[in-house]
Amino acid sequence: MTDKLLLLGDQAIALGAVHSGLSGVYAYPGTPSTEITEYIQENKLARERGVRSDWCTNEKTAMEAALGMSYIGKRALVCMKHVGMNVAADAFVNSAMTGVNGGIVVVAADDPSMHSSQNEQDSRFYGKFALVPILEPSSQQEAYDMIRYGFDLSEEVGLPVLMRITTRMAHSRAVVTVGEPIAENPLHFPEAGVANWVLLPVNARRRYREIIAVQDKLEKMSETTRFNSYKKGGKKGVIACGIGYNYMMENLPADSDRTILKVSQYPLPADIIREMVEECDEVLVIEDGQPFVEEQVRGLLDCSGKIRGRLSGELPRDGELTPDNVAAALGVKEGQHFDVCSTVVPRPPALCAGCGHRDVYSVLNEVIREYPDHKVFSDIGCYTLGALPPLRAIHTCVDMGASITMAKGAADGGLFPSVAVIGDSTFTHSGITGLLDAVNSKSNVTIIISDNLTTAMTGGQDSAGTGRIEAICLGVGVEPEHVRTVVPLPKNMEEIRKVIKEEIEYNGVSVIVPRRECIQTLKRKSRK
Amino acid sequence: MKKDIILAGVGGQGILSIAAIIGQAALNQNLHIKQAEVHGMSQRGGDVQSNLRISAEPINSDLIALGKADAIISLEPMEALRYLPYLSKEGWIVVNSVPHINIPNYPEESALEAEFAKLPNVISFDADAVAKENGGVRTVNMVLLGAASMILGIEDTKLEEAIGDVFGRKGEAVVETNVKAFRAGREAGKKQMER
Repeated sequence: MTDKLLLLGDQAIALGAVHSGLSGVYAYPGTPSTEITEYIQENKLARERGVRSDWCTNEKTAMEAALGMSYIGKRALVCMKHVGMNVAADAFVNSAMTGVNGGIVVVAADDPSMHSSQNEQDSRFYGKFALVPILEPSSQQEAYDMIRYGFDLSEEVGLPVLMRITTRMAHSRAVVTVGEPIAENPLHFPEAGVANWVLLPVNARRRYREIIAVQDKLEKMSETTRFNSYKKGGKKGVIACGIGYNYMMENLPADSDRTILKVSQYPLPADIIREMVEECDEVLVIEDGQPFVEEQVRGLLDCSGKIRGRLSGELPRDGELTPDNVAAALGVKEGQHFDVCSTVVPRPPALCAGCGHRDVYSVLNEVIREYPDHKVFSDIGCYTLGALPPLRAIHTCVDMGASITMAKGAADGGLFPSVAVIGDSTFTHSGITGLLDAVNSKSNVTIIISDNLTTAMTGGQDSAGTGRIEAICLGVGVEPEHVRTVVPLPKNMEEIRKVIKEEIEYNGVSVIVPRRECIQTLKRKSRK
Repeated sequence: MKKDIILAGVGGQGILSIAAIIGQAALNQNLHIKQAEVHGMSQRGGDVQSNLRISAEPINSDLIALGKADAIISLEPMEALRYLPYLSKEGWIVVNSVPHINIPNYPEESALEAEFAKLPNVISFDADAVAKENGGVRTVNMVLLGAASMILGIEDTKLEEAIGDVFGRKGEAVVETNVKAFRAGREAGKKQMER
């Protein structure tokens, strides 16, 4: 049976994984990766098979759970946005050190141009760092096909495989021809025994040498894989990676005689590139994200001067690829178009009308105005929008969970009042350990856990600590009289004002939990 | 057959349903499709757009290049103009004339009208009013799709079929309401075009 479906890149990956005999997907929501797990949660076959697909507390717990599933022989998928790779990095890098049994594919969704992110880091560096194969599909069809290939590859070489996508692959739909699903792996253990799983130095040293030894094989695979292709032509060459290939094809005339290397699998096929650079006068590298390939090919000293791309200025150093900037890099003449319309003004995103975070911020602003030296450390989520006018309520947003620890550091240094604002899902993702630090050193911080009972920013996924936020704070050691719960509604403003004031004045760790359901999830429920 | 379309609006207005229906209609006709969307932070009341490409031949880029869009379909006037550099010089704008004002510095309506007056091919009408009379306020996007249907290069019967495919899960009544709004939009669009 083959079927044609209109799928987002994320959905193609999800369905490809289910059809590859997936036994579990482990993920924390993050744009642009969220729809992979959501699709598996709704997929009929995955449900029938009981494929495990609940959201994880964070990307590190996700990566580790997948590794556990792999050890017993089953296939596991791990999904996250690029910055999630930082959280999962310890487990990810060491999963290569132990090696895998059942296949693991880790999908990292990068967000060049930062549509919904705080940086542009390129996950391919993590793949190289961990010495594992990297897949970078150029189309939704390839994304579907490559997932099964990735699981097979992972089991063949005994390493996790990193699939790197970018926003335009994740969130673009295309027609995908899908095939027959295969069965899940049975529970089984590796024949060679399980010593690899204990990364004592004696084992780790051996494993590291084994991983280094397999690199030549991985490179040869990148030369012969059907996902990379090399077309010899004239003296002008292009290395086009992932969706960069599409932008090139969009712009090249049908009779173009450029020498073209399409790269969708790494490590880079060095022999082909060596030949290409020898034969060509110039090689343009088209890659979305950071100049990962360009840097490797040109080397620090750029002896040939032939390698062009983001570092040499043919393509912009930052921001995503577009058909237009790739056209310019290829020397295609710009066509006529209308100018930017000067009447149009920006329309930034904002907190929804009726959102509980709004009430929290407006009352916090009122109280804190009395303290001229105050700083409010905030975090990653919808409530980050509190930085924008008219609220202008927060002063930081760095990484998941950083609000609590930064408030602690500032309080330790003498700031008063030092306030943290964090959401419920971000708190359980990475805030609990920071709260323990604050409790242990009796830091003078006021922590507001603005609880909307969901992971709202990414569309309302389950939040790991729902119903247990106060219990967690008490368990970590916050004094019971300084764990305060309020309901952020206009009619309760006076009470909340009083609570915030009291807890700021308390010299120690206090937690205020304003709790009201996200109005988007509430609307969705009432529609059902 | 090849059409490049930019769908524009404000987060929550329903451009993705328009995209889903055009996409489904194209799929039913075995056409190639690429449709890039915006998810995440940008959705929260901010400007949103979707690049929709349909073609009988395989499509490479997920994004439309500057000056190449055959049409901009926008649920709101200012958002139509935001993507003007992408519109081909012969391209069409199909726009709901009712502004969505959620920012303090939204331009004067007369300033927007002056911009539209400079353009050769504009279908602008009060889609909210047409929706209210026909399928209800939540069908504004179907009204606009109806108005745009003449320039999409897809037969309206195929689009109506796709409305059935996309809304079918929600029941026959929902499909009928949306088809009604679509047809009313098509009539409104025709009138505008004949002017």
